[in-house]
This record gives sequence, structure tokens and C-alpha cells, in this order.
Amino acid sequence: MAFAAAFFYLFSAVAVAAAVMVIVSRNPVHSVLFLILTFFNGAGLFVLLGAEFLAMILVVVYVGAVAVLFLFVVMMLDIDFTELRQGLLSYAPIGGTIGLILLVELALVFSGWAISSEAMETVAAPVEAAVGATNTEAIGRVLYTDYIYYFQMAGLVLLVAMVGAIVLTLRHKPGVKRQNIAAQVARTPATAVEIKKIKPGQGI
Amino acid sequence: MPELLNDYLPIVIFMGVAAGIAIALMASALVIAVRNPDPEKHSAYECGFDAFDDARMKFDVRFYLVAILFIIFDLEVAFLFPWAVSLKEVGVFGFWSMMIFLAVLTIGFIYEWRKGALEWD
Repeated sequence: MAFAAAFFYLFSAVAVAAAVMVIVSRNPVHSVLFLILTFFNGAGLFVLLGAEFLAMILVVVYVGAVAVLFLFVVMMLDIDFTELRQGLLSYAPIGGTIGLILLVELALVFSGWAISSEAMETVAAPVEAAVGATNTEAIGRVLYTDYIYYFQMAGLVLLVAMVGAIVLTLRHKPGVKRQNIAAQVARTPATAVEIKKIKPGQGI
Repeated sequence: MPELLNDYLPIVIFMGVAAGIAIALMASALVIAVRNPDPEKHSAYECGFDAFDDARMKFDVRFYLVAILFIIFDLEVAFLFPWAVSLKEVGVFGFWSMMIFLAVLTIGFIYEWRKGALEWD
């Protein structure tokens, strides 16, 4: 158990440090790389909790796909560092005010926070479907039957995301010549070659 | 859950060995390598002439579209894993539940195919 506790402190310390580096580091690309480190440590924390499936999905989806998307956004924005620093002072008051408001809100939330006495009992008692099953099995047993509406809604959300991304970003350049393989293959000598009989000495 | 964590011991050892080798290589380069910097060595080399501009440039937005479409199908596959593992328990209802989910995403797939989002012009 001390082993797991040591790893918990390792993962959370690295996660917090990397999260700080995300907002502190000057280069946005480094920020994204630190964000990936944070995701990995989050996955480690999930494994310590016993949520293997979530940990692996975190690595596959967030590290494999979302972080790449963030990298594309960073590269697409084409941030000019000197231009960024010029605006720093003029934006400092409003940014500081918003930060202060958020800090006060967080302080209010956490000062009014109390852990329920029943919370520890529910933590110790796993849900019915999860008894005697691996992590992935326990999710599969309830997700497709008991929570079918949420599941289908997830499918619709993905469909909307797909259609939205295409509508927003797809621009076809006019006058692009595409290769039509079927038309190429269907060509015959009759459609491609014309033979003309020319008598000698007359020319065309 | 110690028995579950035991399964992850090889990964921890692997990470430790990988980190050890990486740190050893970087540290040895720092200690052993001869370093004699001058401005010409530090400047970007571009076939003899001075570099025209920054290496950072704007990406085509189409890369982003491809990445988004990849994420969506990545998530679809993520939903397939628990379904495949527990197909015996969820039975016919669970099977058709997933088939409807796949049909909805196939509609999106047909849409993007017909729109030409998968083509690169």
C-alpha cells in the first residue's frame, strides 16, 4: 500500500508541476508537450484508482488525438511572441480582475465544502454490475443497455461534431483537376486514337 | 487494489529503464562532449545562405479537419471495446444498441465522403 501511495504522490506532483508549466512556459509548443505529460500522469492516477479502462482511453484519446489537435491549433495560430508581449501591460488590469474574481469564487466554494459522512461508505461499495468483472466489462454491462439514451446521445454528438467540422473548415479550391481512375481505365484505343490515311506527297 | 497494480509492475520497470537510459545519454553528452560554441554553429543552416524566415508557419486548416475526423472515429472505436468484451451479457438489445450507434456514425461517414472531406485537393 505504501508503494501505491508513493506512486500517487509521484503522479500528482508531476501532474501539478506539468500543469503549472503549461501556463508558465513561453513557447506554446512546449505548453502542449507539458499538457501531454499532465495527461499521462492523470492516466497513472486512474490506474491507481483501479480505473484501467479510463486510463487507457485517456492515453489513446487525449494523448493520441486531442493533444495533436492542440498542436495543430498552436501551429495554425502562428503566434508572434513580440506582438504578444506588447499587449501584456494593457490587458493586465482586466486579466487580473477576472483572475481575482475566479480566485474569490474558488475560495468561497472550497470554504463551504464539506465531505459527507456517507461518502466513504459509497466509495467502499461498488455498483452491482461491477462485482466480479474487469473494468471494461463493468462499463460494457451497463452502458449499452441501462444507459442507452446517453449512449445514443453520444453518437449524435459525434455526428454533429463531424458535420460541424466539415461545414466550418471544408473549402474546395475551384478548378482543381482530380484523377478519375474509372474514366482512365475505361479508355479504349477507339476513344483515344484517331488514324488518318494520308497519301504520300500530299501532306495533311 | 494491489493485485491489479502488480500487473503494471513491468510497465513501471520499463518506464524506469527508459528514463534511466535517456538521462544517461543526455548526461553523458553534457559531460563528455566537447563544446566550443560560436554564433555560426548556433545559427540555422540552410544550404549555405541565411535562413529566409522563421521555421514556424501557418498550417493548412485541412490538417485540422483530418485530425477532428480522426478523433471522432477514435472515440467510436473506444465505445466498441467495452461492447466487444461484454457482448455475451448485454445480449441482443446491447447488440442492436451498438448497431444504431454505428449507423448514426455511418451517416456522418457517408456525408463526409460525399462532401469530399477525405480528398486532398
